[in-house]
Amino acid sequence: MASEYTPNEIMAVTAARALTNGDVVFVGIGLPNLACNLARATHAPDLVLIYESGAVGAVPERLPVSIGDPALVTGCLMVASMADVFQYMLQNGRIGVGFLGAAQIDRWGNINTTVIGDYATPTVRLPGSGGAAEIAAHARRTIVIAKLGPRTFPASVDFITSPGQRYHGNRRSAPSLPGAGPVMVITDMGILEADAETGELELTALYPGVTADAFSQGVGWPLRVRSSLRDVAPPTQPELDLLRRTLDPRKLFLK
Amino acid sequence: MSMHDAVAAFVRDGDTVVIEGFTHLICFAAGHEIIRQGRRDLTLCRLTPDLIYDQMIAAGCAKKLVFSWAGNPGAGSLFAFRRAVEGKSPSIEIEEYSHFGMVARFSAGAARLPFWPLRDYAGTDLPSVNPQIRSVTCPYTGETLATVPALNPDVTIVHAQRADAQGNAQIWGLVGVQKEAAFASRHVIVVVEELVDESVVRADPNRTVVPGMIVDAVVVEPWGAHPSYAQGYYDRDNDFYVSWEAISRDPEKLARYLDEFVYGVSDRASYLAAHPGLQDRLRAASRIAPGVNYGF
Repeated sequence: MASEYTPNEIMAVTAARALTNGDVVFVGIGLPNLACNLARATHAPDLVLIYESGAVGAVPERLPVSIGDPALVTGCLMVASMADVFQYMLQNGRIGVGFLGAAQIDRWGNINTTVIGDYATPTVRLPGSGGAAEIAAHARRTIVIAKLGPRTFPASVDFITSPGQRYHGNRRSAPSLPGAGPVMVITDMGILEADAETGELELTALYPGVTADAFSQGVGWPLRVRSSLRDVAPPTQPELDLLRRTLDPRKLFLK
Repeated sequence: MSMHDAVAAFVRDGDTVVIEGFTHLICFAAGHEIIRQGRRDLTLCRLTPDLIYDQMIAAGCAKKLVFSWAGNPGAGSLFAFRRAVEGKSPSIEIEEYSHFGMVARFSAGAARLPFWPLRDYAGTDLPSVNPQIRSVTCPYTGETLATVPALNPDVTIVHAQRADAQGNAQIWGLVGVQKEAAFASRHVIVVVEELVDESVVRADPNRTVVPGMIVDAVVVEPWGAHPSYAQGYYDRDNDFYVSWEAISRDPEKLARYLDEFVYGVSDRASYLAAHPGLQDRLRAASRIAPGVNYGF
């Protein structure tokens, strides 16, 4: 067991462990990309990596810095047009897991990456949806990676870019939202998962040395703790070696 | 045709202009020429405005931005865009979709349909801030589907690895939404790394993304996509994308950048001359695909 690791390292390791061999994953840049390539190098060699830029079955020989990195194309199985990616991969239901980041995520898993403050007169203008709105709609499950903090985890978000489990009082449902939506949030202190009935995010697992009380300080609502609260095993030395020496040696995303 | 003449002929004040390319093959050379010629009141459309539209916004070319993700990919923010939207510099109108919504708008435009249906936008607040995102009831199932209107630009600029003199343009690597944008557009400018003989195109027709029949002008502009990239020709200049963060954050630095590398050069050749060492640093390694048999 390794005793020293950074928050980003345990988040990447925890996200990698959440993937199953054979999953078809819509990958994002940064920690999701590290998690997917870590999983591919360990327990999930048959993971299929799809990037919204069109690279299907990518096997990047270097750490992709952008979602359209040329290294995603070299050696991949298929280059799809973006019309094909969104219509034939995502809307078709072929994506098992989608990864999303969040500037804000609320009690019901709604994600904001559009604006802080009012839309017309924003305090901070964020990049917007990109493919996130449709990933949260169509991926069979969506995993969110975000560091805890009351500003990032408010009771309700300023703007719903990507739909969670319950929005404006409505529980999500097919056919308009075929996927399960954001069902897991991997933070720097542990894991939140959506309750299957209510859709509310609740604490289900803690990292080593973290208490439920400390975790709950990082969210802006009265946090429910699942009775079957688990402990996340710390990153192993082989996992850390892969991340540090092979996947992100320049510490672009691990810092 | 020179880039100067192509922009002079086909990009007018007030036009709806698309310079497409998803990370790959973004034609900075065309954007810079539009800035140099002082075009105004443009409606700029792209999925990802990227650094090129940040520069065009800063230069005062844009009246309106139609987009789906306005960040600096892999690096951070587009600060000229943010200043305009956050009320810290002269404002621009925005019309915002998701990536799928923008792709669907180009698809409708290319097919000359008035709109495109998609299963999207349930649960998001995007339709509440963009009245162009509407819905339709499916006449077969009764399902409510989202719709977006066709986007038919005045001019689309597509950067490709190679084309013949007629503009039959071949692209490999990420193909993004260029085909849809080109077919949706009233005018198309193709910009290429290399001009090739028609026989090169005919030898490998599956690689043609834009046919010459829809192309108005062909411009040969090697390295015209830098700091974006051209698969098999040169890598993305990730260092420049990272450095744009500090340049675009400071309006004075941004103005100095435009003075030196846009207004201060006459064309792409002089832009390259102003970046010594660039080509050696970014030139692509060789990974040749074997050919296939097109015989019958």
